[in-house]
Amino acid sequence: MAFGPYFLLATLEGLVTAAVLSLMALGLSLVFGVMRVVNVAHGEFYMLGAVLAWWFSSLVGGHPAVGFLLALVLSPLVVAAIAFVAERLVLSRLNYEPEATIVATIGLLYIIQQLALTFYGPEARPVEAPFNHRISLPWFGYSAYKLSVIGFSILMMLATWVLLTRTKIGLVMRATQFDRETAQAFGIPVGRVYAGVFALGAGLAAVAAVLIVPIQQAHYLMGLDPLLLSFIVVIIGGLGSLRGTVVAAVLIGLSDGIISMFFSPTLAKMLATLIVAMVLVFRPQGLFGAPAR
Amino acid sequence: MTRLSPSAKSIALHVGVVLLLLALNVLLPEYHRGVLARVLVLAVFAMGYNLAFGYTGLLSLGHAMFFAAGLYGAGLTVYHLEWSVWPAFATGLVAGTALALVVGFLALRTTGVAFMIVTLMFAQVFYLTTLYFTTYTRGEEGLVLPQAARVLAFPGGVLNLSDPSTRYLVALALFALVLAVTLFLARAPFGRSLVAIRENEERMRMLGYDVFANKLASVVLSGLVCAAAGAAYAVLFGYVGSGFAAIQYSILPLLWVLVGGAATTLGPLIGTLFMFYVIDTASSYTTAHLLVVGLVLIGVILFFPKGIAGTVRERWLPWLP
Amino acid sequence: MAAVSPLLVTRDLCRAFGGLRAVDGVDFSLPEGETHAIIGPNGAGKTTFVSLICGRITPTSGSVVFDGREVSRMPAHRRVRAGIAYTFQITSVFANLTAFDNVALAVQRQLIDARAGGRTAHALAEHGMEALDKVGLAGHADKIAGNLSYGHQRLLEVAMGLALKPRLLILDEPTQGLSDGEIDNFIGLVRQIGEEATVLLIEHNMDVVMALAERITVMEQGRILAQGAPAEIRANEAVQQAYLGG
Repeated sequence: MAFGPYFLLATLEGLVTAAVLSLMALGLSLVFGVMRVVNVAHGEFYMLGAVLAWWFSSLVGGHPAVGFLLALVLSPLVVAAIAFVAERLVLSRLNYEPEATIVATIGLLYIIQQLALTFYGPEARPVEAPFNHRISLPWFGYSAYKLSVIGFSILMMLATWVLLTRTKIGLVMRATQFDRETAQAFGIPVGRVYAGVFALGAGLAAVAAVLIVPIQQAHYLMGLDPLLLSFIVVIIGGLGSLRGTVVAAVLIGLSDGIISMFFSPTLAKMLATLIVAMVLVFRPQGLFGAPAR
Repeated sequence: MTRLSPSAKSIALHVGVVLLLLALNVLLPEYHRGVLARVLVLAVFAMGYNLAFGYTGLLSLGHAMFFAAGLYGAGLTVYHLEWSVWPAFATGLVAGTALALVVGFLALRTTGVAFMIVTLMFAQVFYLTTLYFTTYTRGEEGLVLPQAARVLAFPGGVLNLSDPSTRYLVALALFALVLAVTLFLARAPFGRSLVAIRENEERMRMLGYDVFANKLASVVLSGLVCAAAGAAYAVLFGYVGSGFAAIQYSILPLLWVLVGGAATTLGPLIGTLFMFYVIDTASSYTTAHLLVVGLVLIGVILFFPKGIAGTVRERWLPWLP
Repeated sequence: MAAVSPLLVTRDLCRAFGGLRAVDGVDFSLPEGETHAIIGPNGAGKTTFVSLICGRITPTSGSVVFDGREVSRMPAHRRVRAGIAYTFQITSVFANLTAFDNVALAVQRQLIDARAGGRTAHALAEHGMEALDKVGLAGHADKIAGNLSYGHQRLLEVAMGLALKPRLLILDEPTQGLSDGEIDNFIGLVRQIGEEATVLLIEHNMDVVMALAERITVMEQGRILAQGAPAEIRANEAVQQAYLGG
């Protein structure tokens, strides 16, 4: 095969990564944007989503699509509920002090990881894709499921965008983000809004995970890499910018796909991480953000 | 009993702690002496972390790279170049210090959350590097240093570092040295400046302090101490592996310092010792020791944000350094 | 030394934030030993102007010359060591440290630079208490700064500035939020300081300005509107229209 097919394949794989990454990074960005909390446990919510997806889909027999759809609905809900409880029990009592919440979410990370290891085990398990159709491209056939992941992610992003900009819930969230005290004075239940945002963020990570498990298997350690990538996306995209998040996710997803096609994965990760660290050092406001005053 | 001045009291306390640890060398059963030797070395790691996090207020999630730089600096030279322990140890120190200088110079351009993420990323790059050069490091599996190489030559003879008692005493010597340095620093103008920078950076700048230089000095010193712990770990316990560069080893010193008490001299030791035995005890009931780590982290930050020594200082002993 | 050059000179000093020219071509000169007040409506650029002098903000263009040296590109901490001290408009003490430790940090810096008397605990205590004594806080030395009353915290700010032994002390709205009695004490304090150092004062309270200033600069929209002795400023029509509301 010539260069072209490789490149097309790398681009497609990169877009799939980008799609899933956008969802996950959006969750992280929402939580940081509204609550100013760096959720280090975000990757574990993703992992939990994947593990629960395996569990739900294994509950029902019949066509794989049934199990998958069940997982797609239930897994994010359960993860969101867990996040909601964690926020009420822990984060809210820390008064959202940045360092304390970082430490607390690290604690959460370990707890979730250990529970997954204890109850789910160290194995990596797949979830069967809802359909196995392959679409013929000029050089090779490509999984229709992977393409539908891209489509579904776009739908989810649009839904979130509508939620944020066109509904009362979104208005309340933005008001809280803008000025917590004033929002409180206007009778907005800030505590519940925060818990809701935290749950929504975790739920988005879980959706991303359910979409990915037919492609990658569910494993209790799968959360760290996507967590780092989401940090990267959120930083490069600029905080609180939905568009920036998407653009950065596509950028990172594509370059990840293309770099790992031509370098060893370890070297690719090394280079990518180093480059992003440098971006953060020299342009802390992100590539698309305006410099802070 | 005569009344001692605060500084006399604190010096007496620290000397007492070191003497107690010295006595434990002969008092403790073999197993616990082994554990304590390891705890002492890791407490040095925590003390190094405490300089940056506790005193200067720099929340780094990348200190594993400084520990690992010391570990690999000493371990690889012993294993591949067959260097003796002294120059290998020195190589570890130089590696960690140089890395801290470069990382500090870059990462300190950022503050707060960005600093945390940047240090996390640099540490991740370091970790991946140890995996990438797996031909030399053997990655996660790691290298075991031959016992014959782990001897410390003195003009008067040699110390065999794989002997449990010698190992314990060498670990204690390093610990005591770093403890003395921390105690000295906490009372010196430099230490006071670091605390003040943590409290109010802009005010310090307008009092004429070069905040960046002070922070950089803190990171470099912190990196040096962490590297010393890493290099000591390599030659004392004879094992060098990528696991020590992984993110978990950046989080552990944070945990130890928080539990023991940030910006206290004895907090790192207390925290490391406490967590070691909590996990040790938990391990005999369950394999889920990470759960314990997670619960303790959340419990401490919720109920004892000042840690053990910090709470003691606040409630009972205001002179505790 | 006859015809001494001024301690501080700014030439065509500008600072823009986005499109807004907060300080716009200011030429200013301050002789050694003078107590000088800057007045003007809110948003006139007073704080930005003194921030350019002490180095908290870098200028867009123009120069700041302090004691014959061009300092406009010098980082703030080095300007402090050169002798420019700034007290914050919004009280900015080390809230968790004692009043003495707050001042000691300033003394420590000064002692390191002066290399005089060593950095001994004795010198630290002596100079620190001296500065606290000047502002009348000697009795509160061991109190945690955050627990002091607001007025005392403002005085502590000034004590920290004094402990630096500055040649130019910049006071940014020092009497804001003080009671009348406290203000009277404060006027006495600044008079005393003015005998040893050059003082640049931003102030809204005209009684304080008239009591203290030897000369006054009026700023409006980033520019100097008028400059002169208190009586001249009081008589100046433009100033009355723009600011004094006359």
